[in-house]
Amino acid sequence: MRTNIFLKGLALATILLSATIGTELRAEERDATIIIKKMQQAFFYQGGILRARVKMSLTTSDGNKRLRELTMLRINVPGGEDQRYFMYFHGPADVRRMAFLVYKYPNKESDRWLFIPDLGLVQRMASKDASSSFVGSDFTYEDVSGRNIGADSYKLIKEETYENKPTFVIESTPTTAAAYKRKISWIDQTAFLPLKEEFYDVQDQLFKVFTADEIKQVDGLPTITKRVMKNVKSGHQTLVEFAEIQYRVPLKVEDFSERALRNPPKEWIK
Amino acid sequence: MRPVHVFAVLASLTTLAGDIVYATELHGFLLGNYAARVTGDRRRPTSGDFLLGEERLQLKLSGSNEGGSVYFAKADFFHDEVAGQNDLDLREAYLSHSAGAFDFTVGRQILTWGVGDLLFINDVFPKDYTSLFSGRPMEYLKRGTTGFKTTLTTEIASADLIIMPFFEPNRLPGSDRFFFYDPFSSITNRVENRPRHDLANTELALRLYRPILEWDGALYAYRGFFRDPAMQLDSMTAPTQVTINYPKSSVYGASLQGNALGGVVSLEAGHLDSRDDNSGTNPLMPNSQTKYLVGHQRSLWTDFTAGLQYYGEYMHQYDSYLANVPAGFPSQDRLRHVLALRLTQLLKYQTWRLSWFSFYSPSDKDFYFIPETSYRVSDEFSVTMGGNVFGGAKETTSFGQFKRNNNVYVNMRYDF
Repeated sequence: MRTNIFLKGLALATILLSATIGTELRAEERDATIIIKKMQQAFFYQGGILRARVKMSLTTSDGNKRLRELTMLRINVPGGEDQRYFMYFHGPADVRRMAFLVYKYPNKESDRWLFIPDLGLVQRMASKDASSSFVGSDFTYEDVSGRNIGADSYKLIKEETYENKPTFVIESTPTTAAAYKRKISWIDQTAFLPLKEEFYDVQDQLFKVFTADEIKQVDGLPTITKRVMKNVKSGHQTLVEFAEIQYRVPLKVEDFSERALRNPPKEWIK
Repeated sequence: MRPVHVFAVLASLTTLAGDIVYATELHGFLLGNYAARVTGDRRRPTSGDFLLGEERLQLKLSGSNEGGSVYFAKADFFHDEVAGQNDLDLREAYLSHSAGAFDFTVGRQILTWGVGDLLFINDVFPKDYTSLFSGRPMEYLKRGTTGFKTTLTTEIASADLIIMPFFEPNRLPGSDRFFFYDPFSSITNRVENRPRHDLANTELALRLYRPILEWDGALYAYRGFFRDPAMQLDSMTAPTQVTINYPKSSVYGASLQGNALGGVVSLEAGHLDSRDDNSGTNPLMPNSQTKYLVGHQRSLWTDFTAGLQYYGEYMHQYDSYLANVPAGFPSQDRLRHVLALRLTQLLKYQTWRLSWFSFYSPSDKDFYFIPETSYRVSDEFSVTMGGNVFGGAKETTSFGQFKRNNNVYVNMRYDF
């Protein structure tokens, strides 16, 4: 049933893509776009509704470490590519009980709300997906929840083996505002997960490297359980570990609302 | 950082006793908070420069069970160096329970709604301006209210109904520490007359809200009292006593907030009905007003946000107000308006925060600036420094009256 929806979604997306930009794309560009599309599905959309306990370790070049611990809930809004994220912070102590709600839209800036418990305040946030750091880490909002597929153009540069896995190597060049000038992605040919990504800045120098350091089968779905984003210029890096991952959690789209911010769903944020 | 499970033993006993799991957690912080007036003015010959000198231990105890019940208590134990005393402030203590579409919260709780940033129209809940003006962390701007809150969430709309039987005034700067405008400063005989804790004096606040085309829409209604004090004299000609009271008020309003113009746009308005002075003839009581604000907040570059708000208060019975202002009294304008600017830059992976907040009123010709910088040394320890700068053409306006209280503050905090 779910596979059907997934396949239909993929087929529809492919048709839409070819309908909108297909005629202007050369064959290899279209292939690259389809690979990126599959990667986004596998990385950001799979399993319907996701719950995970997330631990982020932020380490400076001189070894100072900070931690962020949160529970993440994610749901795909039926009938499109919209998504909703809910994050509840367990630590550190100064952000404990804070909750963060994101309505993600494929073609425009996300709606974001932050609940600040000490003020009883639900506040809309005006940060930019492409450039804002997620909770002071090396990941931007976009790195966490995916970049609009139409915001970059893609080129399949080569196919090569990366860490014993055959991969597609794709270059992304932004057509709208981005934190990078270009990005090279190594995408696993079977699971379609990104194994490595290199981000180049305006001077075309490498500044950030993403690696998927651990991939596990969760409910039969290949899932990145450890990932690292390293800023090679500053030496700062962020390790993100996913634990207690559950797919197809019985939550509804409406559960991702102001009520959840003020009164988080206890059974899911333990 | 790591939760301290003081009641871990108790929790495990409970687990053994039944299948309901209670998770109890203890957190909090130790805060040292100091603010010194830099104008050289002394409130009394004996008092020094310090507006604030305090050490606070805040403890937060919370727990919940699988059945949707929650308890939460937050208490500050503090030593006030300026007053030379120890005290306790029970900031929040509530029980809450969720059942289906309903959430019930009973007890002392901090309540906030509305879309203004430090500008309040429909947020009628108690505030502590003394904290704001002397550089306590922002959470101290809000005070707890004892009440019964019911939230109903439905697909059509959601509603919050809050019943507050115990009136809680705003905390405003007092003459023990602050300089401010007092039209009757020569009359020292003062009595405070708060609304009695009668059932008839129970305050009601209602909010209805729902998304409207990806915007957050809300309607508000409140029936209760002004939280800022009004003054009454025993005689207008030869006054010997000032009675501080809190006149009846109602507020009806609406707000909209959403993503637009490359950022967040906020709109809010409210009609404030001064029920004890509908005719506007008592100049010592607040006149009925319409308040409104328009705000826009956007991120201009990485980790930098700018927010601009325009706020206005329009007095309804201005003619009768003017006709009744006693000679020699400063009269207010029909329209008071304020521009507020907030700039925030985060640096070094958000461990440094530089911020600027300012109010400027073109009608009152006065201002209030809060420059602040804070550095998070580690996940647990942070240091914040800032200033409160007031000024204006007159010493009788909202911000201008505080200009002799310009101060710098520092606070250090360890969270656990």
